[in-house]
Amino acid sequence: MVRLHDVFKTYPNGTKALRGVTFSLESGEFAFLVGPSGSGKSTVIRMLIGEIAPTEGGIVVSGFDLTTIKPRKLPYLRRRVGVIFQDFRLIDKKTVHDNIAFAMRAVGASVKEIRRRVPYVLDLVGLDAKAKSYPPELSGGEQQRVAIARALVNNPDLIVADEPTGNLDPARSLEILTLLQKINELGTTVLVVTHEKSLVDKLSRRVIAIDDGRIISDGTGGYYGYEEY
Amino acid sequence: MKSIRTGYYIHEGLRSIFTHGLMSFASVFIIVACLIIMGSFSLLAVNVGKIIGEFESENVILAYVDDSYSVEQGRGLGAQIEAIPNVRSAQFVSRDEAWETFTSKFEDTSRFENVDSSVIPHRFSIYVDDVELMAQTQRSIADIHGIAKVNANLLIAKGFVTIRNIVSGVSIALVAILLVISMFIMSNTIKLATFERREEIAIMKVVGATNSFIRWPFVFEGFILGLLGALFAFVAQWGIYVVVTDAIIKGQSAGFIQTIPFARAAPALCAVFVLIGLIVGVIGSSVAIRKYLKV
Repeated sequence: MVRLHDVFKTYPNGTKALRGVTFSLESGEFAFLVGPSGSGKSTVIRMLIGEIAPTEGGIVVSGFDLTTIKPRKLPYLRRRVGVIFQDFRLIDKKTVHDNIAFAMRAVGASVKEIRRRVPYVLDLVGLDAKAKSYPPELSGGEQQRVAIARALVNNPDLIVADEPTGNLDPARSLEILTLLQKINELGTTVLVVTHEKSLVDKLSRRVIAIDDGRIISDGTGGYYGYEEY
Repeated sequence: MKSIRTGYYIHEGLRSIFTHGLMSFASVFIIVACLIIMGSFSLLAVNVGKIIGEFESENVILAYVDDSYSVEQGRGLGAQIEAIPNVRSAQFVSRDEAWETFTSKFEDTSRFENVDSSVIPHRFSIYVDDVELMAQTQRSIADIHGIAKVNANLLIAKGFVTIRNIVSGVSIALVAILLVISMFIMSNTIKLATFERREEIAIMKVVGATNSFIRWPFVFEGFILGLLGALFAFVAQWGIYVVVTDAIIKGQSAGFIQTIPFARAAPALCAVFVLIGLIVGVIGSSVAIRKYLKV
């Protein structure tokens, strides 16, 4: 599903963000990517959705080789990768239903497909009763669930969540991660970027730790002695 | 799928026009103003061209035939003159006909009793296609064996050409400048719409919308604004032209200046307005959206 092989990234200002990152995610896997600020987590995410290209090394996501991908092919990669952001990035002027339907329209889905799929994902994230509400009327946890529904609605192979619980209290954070686990159990590969140690430990899933642009540990069960991510 | 997308583009384009009502109004207003100025100068250029054309057709070259030539010999030179490029027609006037024309202008012909037509030569009244080439045509006629002298009013011809060139030049320059101004303003209007919707565009990019899917509603918005501007401008131009030409015609008793009826210029003017409106709208919006698509 995801393969990073000896990936280096140096930004035009000389910052070395990644220094030989190698890891892979199999289809249907759930993993955390942890690390302190500036460790290279965001660079990995930006690469996975084709926003930036690696300076060296190889990346393959859902069958797309991101070292050689042409700009006109990027939308088709992005349809295979659902992204969830810390700040939700919902359109306040659209209802919950329309925020999700908008993501389907953007990829050219038919009205019939939208009518069938949106209620399904709203039900999946437990927001079917809030379909007509607007984002500012919802709590942070509910807004993030709308964002998850939007990421899920086009049936992606991979969901990348960038600090999805960063703006939520611990109880809501656990709810969101539980929801992401549920989505993973339905077959979608999930990569969660976070620095919330307690949550990572509680879920006891695979944890990939990155620091200073290098993978420093990769295993299942907890944070592996890495205290400050 | 295509019809669903087209419906979406139209819906989004129209929504944006109404969401940014004031800016949309400003864009249409600017397009109308620019098109009316362009149209007015173009109509002025066409009318000046017509009037000059009429004067030009009256601007005759007179070629005098050698005194030793008989009527038949003189008439025979007509074929050589008409063979010269730029000569539209050459009408032979014998000395007797010329004399009669001349004397008929006077009520008292007694003063010509001791004079006859032999004092004036046979001649050709020559009309040209392009007065700009009059001097060259004059030289070619003078080179014909049997032509004694050629009279052409080059100063007047040059005056016609200068007026026509100035009017055309000013019109073309104004049209070009106004086109750029309209496009710039249209681009800024759409830029404002895209700036307000930049988050939306960023989300569309993240979920995998293609650039064309994002671009089309904005292009459609520009298309509609351009079309509206063109149609309003056409109607306004019609009114202005009719009022101005009526005033010109009523203001002169001799009917010296005849303007082109609006109906004759209308199809071309409408087509040009719509074309320019659409070019300004579509290119303006395409330029505005470009930078938001580079993600």
